[in-house]
Parts: sequence; C-alpha cells; structure tokens
Amino acid sequence: MKTGFYPGCSMKGSAREYSESLLAVARVLGRELPEVPDWNCCGATAAHNLDHDLALALPARILAAAEKKGMDEVLVPCAACYSRLKVTRHELLEDEKLRQRISGLVEADYRGSAKVVNIIEWLAAVPDLEKLVKKPFQRKVACYYGCLLVRPAGIVEFDRPEEPQSMDLLMAKLGAKPIDWAFKTECCGAGFSVSRTDLVAKLSGLILEDAVSRGAEAVIVACPMCHLNLDLRRPNIEKRAGKKYDIPVIYITQVLGLAMGLPPKKLGLQRHKVAVKFAPAESPVPGVSAKRGA
Amino acid sequence: MSGEKHAHPAAEPLPGRVLEQTGVDVARCYQCGKCSAGCPLAAEMDYPPSQIMHLLQLAGEFPEFAEMALRSHTAWLCLTCEICYCRCPMELDIPKVMDALRHEALRKKKVNPKAKDILAFHRAFLDSVKHTGRLFEMGQVVDYKLRSGHFLQDLLQAPWMFLVGKLHLLPERVRDRRQLKRIFARTLKARENRP
Repeated sequence: MKTGFYPGCSMKGSAREYSESLLAVARVLGRELPEVPDWNCCGATAAHNLDHDLALALPARILAAAEKKGMDEVLVPCAACYSRLKVTRHELLEDEKLRQRISGLVEADYRGSAKVVNIIEWLAAVPDLEKLVKKPFQRKVACYYGCLLVRPAGIVEFDRPEEPQSMDLLMAKLGAKPIDWAFKTECCGAGFSVSRTDLVAKLSGLILEDAVSRGAEAVIVACPMCHLNLDLRRPNIEKRAGKKYDIPVIYITQVLGLAMGLPPKKLGLQRHKVAVKFAPAESPVPGVSAKRGA
Repeated sequence: MSGEKHAHPAAEPLPGRVLEQTGVDVARCYQCGKCSAGCPLAAEMDYPPSQIMHLLQLAGEFPEFAEMALRSHTAWLCLTCEICYCRCPMELDIPKVMDALRHEALRKKKVNPKAKDILAFHRAFLDSVKHTGRLFEMGQVVDYKLRSGHFLQDLLQAPWMFLVGKLHLLPERVRDRRQLKRIFARTLKARENRP
C-alpha cells in the first residue's frame, strides 16, 4: 500500500503546525509520506463558487499525478481539500463523459485508482495506537469535525453526518475525555474568514461558547480553516461576544504527538494565537507545569 | 400570462438550466423548510434556502422570480456546509443549486452588490492559484485589499503571523505552471468571456 500526502496550501503556510505535527507523528509510526508530485491548489471554495469545470479540473490534476506515481491512496489532512478531492473523484467516476472531458482539461487519463483518505481514517487504521501513548492526554475535549469531513454523507461515506464518533474514539484512545456537545459539525464560517469576518466571528463564537459551557478544556480540530477561524480569529470572536475565551484549539495530530511524548515545539504549539495551556488538573500536560500528578 | 410580458432571453427557463447543470429537479421540493431551519446563515440571507427553491419552482412561469434568485445575496452567502442537503427529505442537493446560481449570476453580471467582498476574495484566490499553481496567502490578501478597498483590515495580524512563521514572503510554485494557465484559460476565463 503506497500512501501519498497532499498537504494543500494552508499546511505550507498558515497551518504549518498541522503539517509539522503530522510528519513528527508519522516518523514515530514509521510511515513514509511522500508528497504528491508537483501538486497544485485544490481550488477550495473559490473554484466551485465560480466555475464547475475548474472546480473539478484542479483536484483531478492532483489525483492524476498521484495515480501516475502509483499511489494507492492520498492522505488529505485538510478537511476542505479532502472534500474537493473526494467530491471530484466521486463525480468523475459516476459520469464517464465528464471524466473524459476533465481528463482532457488536465491532459491525463484520470482513472480514479487512488483513494482519498482523511486524517481520522488514516490514524484509525494504525494498529495498537494506544500502545504508543506515553503521556495520556487527560483533558476534557470537544471534538470538532466541522462540515466537510462528514458531508455530503453519500459522497464522503465517512462517519455520521451530524453526530460523528470517529474522532471521539481516537481521543479516548489517547486518554482524553470527549464531551457530548451540540456543535460537532456546525459550520465555523469557513472561507469567509477574510471577506466576511463578522459572520465568522458569529458562527465560530457559538461553537466556542457551547464547548466552554459544557466544560471542555480544548477544542480538537482536523482542518486548517476551522483552526484559523477558532484560533487566529479569537480576537474577532471575543469582540463580538463581549467576553474572553481561553480555550485552546489543537490539531488532532498535535494531541497525538503530545500523548506520544513528543516535545511541544516539534508539534508547532508555539504557533497558535491562543496559548495551549491548561489549569492544573489530575495530570500534567507535557511542557506545562501542574501542581498534582496523576 | 405574465410570461409573455417578461419574455426571457434564454430559450430554456432557469429551472431547466438548473436541472441540466446540477441534476436537481426543483419541482420535487415540497417546502418543508428544514433547509432554512438548519442553515447557519439563514438569518443573514435575503431569501432563506427554501424560498430560493420556491422562487425557482415558479421561475419558469414568472421570469421575475428567476431574476430574484439570480440576484440574491443568498447564493453568495451559502457556505456549502451541506447541512441542508444532509437534512432534505427529498435529498435535493441545494448547495449545488447555489453553485449553479452563482455561476450564472457571474456570467450574466447579476451578482448581488452586497456580495462584492466575497466575490473579490474568490477572484483574488483564483488569481493567485492561476499564477503560481498554489495559493500564496500573502499575495492573495494584498490582492484582496486592492480589490475590496479594505486596506486596514487585519493589518496587525500580518507581523504576528510572520513572527510565528505562518506567513511566507515568497510564493511556492508548481513546476508546470503553463498547464495550470491552460486549465484556467479553458474553464473560468472561457466562460466569463462568453456573452
């Protein structure tokens, strides 16, 4: 099984700690993650909002390159890129005429042999992950899936579209206590971060409020857009809500890295807007002093 | 009938064109309103999703309703979070309908003026991808500021992002950028130039 890695643009820039933590964890797991050769941007929201063919051609070029390299699956940790790649593969395999037309556009005969895999699927397939846990992440966590990991359900065919469990199960393996909450798959405002920051502040504020009011100590994410809106946009959220939120937002791979005992710096925790620190509790978190040990 | 009074320029009325482009038959919507109830931005929209569907159902007979749907702010506010599609008892892919409305509004220059910042952002995004093959965040934000006139927005974020290593001053490039340009020329550009 040859797995390729599609980082996407965010993970090379504003979400580089997602990439850093993934690669650090992959090293411990002994998994190689070669990048898809000469990959391009998936087109994100902008492409599908403006042009249907462009929205299919950009992901098709990526998938065709992975296929040509003999990759059996492509790991796409960004939920937004994952959605674009997964939807494209689905649409092109459903419609032969469309497949031929888009193949023409990307100058390759796209066959759809490489599967598209998200970060939770990839981690859930690691055997005996719990055996690698050195420092259980004993915190109450709100697992935030966002929209695109789980919807449209008929296309992604991954977990439940409104009350998913896969990330909660993974967090429990790492020693965390996932909470029940109402905003697991509510939208954070996604691509409006720059153009309609006011709406992002509103939607992301509702998500944080629910997580905090139910006692979560951290929000766990698997998407650079979700992280950007919940972390980098925190000042906008607080201004709109008229209150402070200290709750950190942590990538799923960073939590795994911490639980494996990797140093926080290697996982890029210092790059967050909201400091990753916790009130002293039953167990210390690596890199953070606590009064009582577990 | 008012259909004669408002003769539509396109041969196929809007509901037919939506069906052709998306496979969604708007006539199947029975107006239960679940999409509007679940939509995170319904309160910000001029017409919530179920009303857009209603406008489209009547648009064949009343072209002014087609105009209302095409010129709606709703089409551009839709985040494609897919919650409406997820809950629709008739499994109608409403986000796809919104995509089709956006494409047509763009082609016919009927984009709602309130959506100008959203459109400016999308254009700046795709321009960046067209030139380098990958999104250059810094370049895109500068481009967006020029297009939208919001020069001061997030000015203080940039130095912080640079300091923590999240903002690059130079773009990453795809090797085969010519191919990317050809893809853009045959899709978005070709369509926007079509009358």
